[in-house]
Order: sequence, then C-alpha cells, then structure tokens
Amino acid sequence: MRLDKIDRKLLNLVQEKFPLLSEPYRKLGEIIGISEGEVLARLKQMQDEGVIRRLGAVFESRKLGYSGTLCAMRVEPDRVDEVAAIINSFPGVTHNYLREHQINIWFTVLAGSEDELGEILNLMREKTGIREIMELPAEEVFKIKVNFSLS
Amino acid sequence: MNEVDKILTEQDKKIIRALQNGLPLVTRPYQSIAEELEMTEDELVEKIRSFITDGKIRRFGATVRHFELGFVANAMVVWDVPEEKVSETGRIMAGFKEVTHCYRRPRRPGWPYNLFTVVHGQSREYCAGIAKRLSRATGVTNYSLLYSTAELKKSSMRYFE
Repeated sequence: MRLDKIDRKLLNLVQEKFPLLSEPYRKLGEIIGISEGEVLARLKQMQDEGVIRRLGAVFESRKLGYSGTLCAMRVEPDRVDEVAAIINSFPGVTHNYLREHQINIWFTVLAGSEDELGEILNLMREKTGIREIMELPAEEVFKIKVNFSLS
Repeated sequence: MNEVDKILTEQDKKIIRALQNGLPLVTRPYQSIAEELEMTEDELVEKIRSFITDGKIRRFGATVRHFELGFVANAMVVWDVPEEKVSETGRIMAGFKEVTHCYRRPRRPGWPYNLFTVVHGQSREYCAGIAKRLSRATGVTNYSLLYSTAELKKSSMRYFE
C-alpha cells in the first residue's frame, strides 16, 4: 500500500501517542489538521490493507503472570511446512520465523505458567518427533521497541 | 492461588480480554468497550491508565506490520559476549535506533551466543552494515546474522482465554 504524507504522520502518531480521551480520533485529527472522519477512513484503510495489525493495548506478558521463551529447532528443509504447522497450532506461539541457519525455525511461545510452558514444549517434541528444542528465555531485557518511525 | 490471581481480579481479566480485540473505529471507542463490560467510559480509561502505570500495558497504540511498511529485511544478530561485558554491551546496542529488540539469553551446547539483537531494514546490506557498526561500537567480533526468509506466524497473544 502506498502511504502518503498524512498517512505517515498518522501512523507515527498512533504508534506513540494514542489519546486516552473520550474521542481519540477527533483529537488525532486536530493534531494533524484533518477531520475525525478522515482519520477513521485512513485508519480503516491501513487496517484493511494490513499495515496496522491492531489498535490499542500491547500487554507485558510477564506482568500478567505468563511465562515465555524463544525457541529454536533444526528442521530438515522438506519438513519445514509440516513442522511449522504443528508449532503454529499452539495458541501461545505468537511469532515464528524461518531463518537462514542450520538451526532454522525460531519461534516464541507464551503460557500461563512455567509448568504449562514445559508441557507445550513436550507436546511439540512428541508431535514433531524432534527432540531438540533449544530454549532461550530472556534473562535480561535491554530493549523492546515496536515503533517503526516513518519519515 | 498463584501470584497473578492475587493481583488481577476477574474484572481485570475481563477488561484485558476485551482490550485485546483492539479499539473499534468509532467516535467513542472506550465508551463502546465500556458498555460491553458494564462499566463507565471514565472507569475504563482510568483502568487503562493504571495498567500502563504498573507496566501491565507496555505500549498503548497501533501495532504495525513492518513488512508492509517497507522494512522487508529482518536479521537476528547474535553475539558471543564475555559474561562481565553483557550488560554494558546490551545497553550500547539498545541505544541504536535500528535495533528493535535486545536481550540477554543463555548459551547452549553448540550455541555460543548470549546477546540477541533484532535489526529491521530496507535490505540485507543495510542490516549487515548495522551489525558492523554495532561490532565496532562494542568491540564484540564473534557474531552471526540470521536473516529471516519467511514469516511462518505472527499473531497477538490472547490472554486469559
């Protein structure tokens, strides 16, 4: 999707400073100098086109009592689709990337507790027949940034 | 009863469930969600503020798909850093605007890397250039770039469901 200057302004603004006011879209329009209707129309189009995935809260899983980890597996190229389908079928798997490396499948998984996390990983081992899942939980967080600044 | 049940009431969980559907594109989105939850708009906004203050909400705003925005290359750059230098190195790398994520993770057999960064850019060359700059800025020379070749899944977590 081709974004014009106003779309870019709006996108930067809604990523960083989404108003916690009764009429947030009107406020966004006031800041940019367009009507509330135009803000809503532009946001709707960016949502429909997949540029915006979601509007609203990004939760900190650990503060909600969830446990999570990054995991990595070495999967033969001809089994990638099949194994990915098994991994992705778990709702706690939020991200999964194929990467260029011998260890090629990299995913994150969240669960309500450490025990549940262990159970999920064991189920994955069972269903894929791949015993080696490297668990790499974050031990220290230096940065989680999810804003993409557009000029 | 676990830790979280003590701090999160049933009503809190209901609010979190409702918020993870995203804000509707209507004039008064908070009012619309509050109605479903049988609370007032002000109560809901206050609750969101308190979740932001205590860190349960990390960010309040739009989540974008970076690929659709032209950030088509995504490299995980992993670093082998002496234990005593990890915190300092992590902080330096986190200071680069091109680095979107930076974590310390454990080493594993056959896996010597203990610092993980993610770099997004318009091309692979760009990502490789950033990795070089990070290396020069920190003096860490044993590193590897893992480019993503496919996004197999990307979704938002559904909590308390």
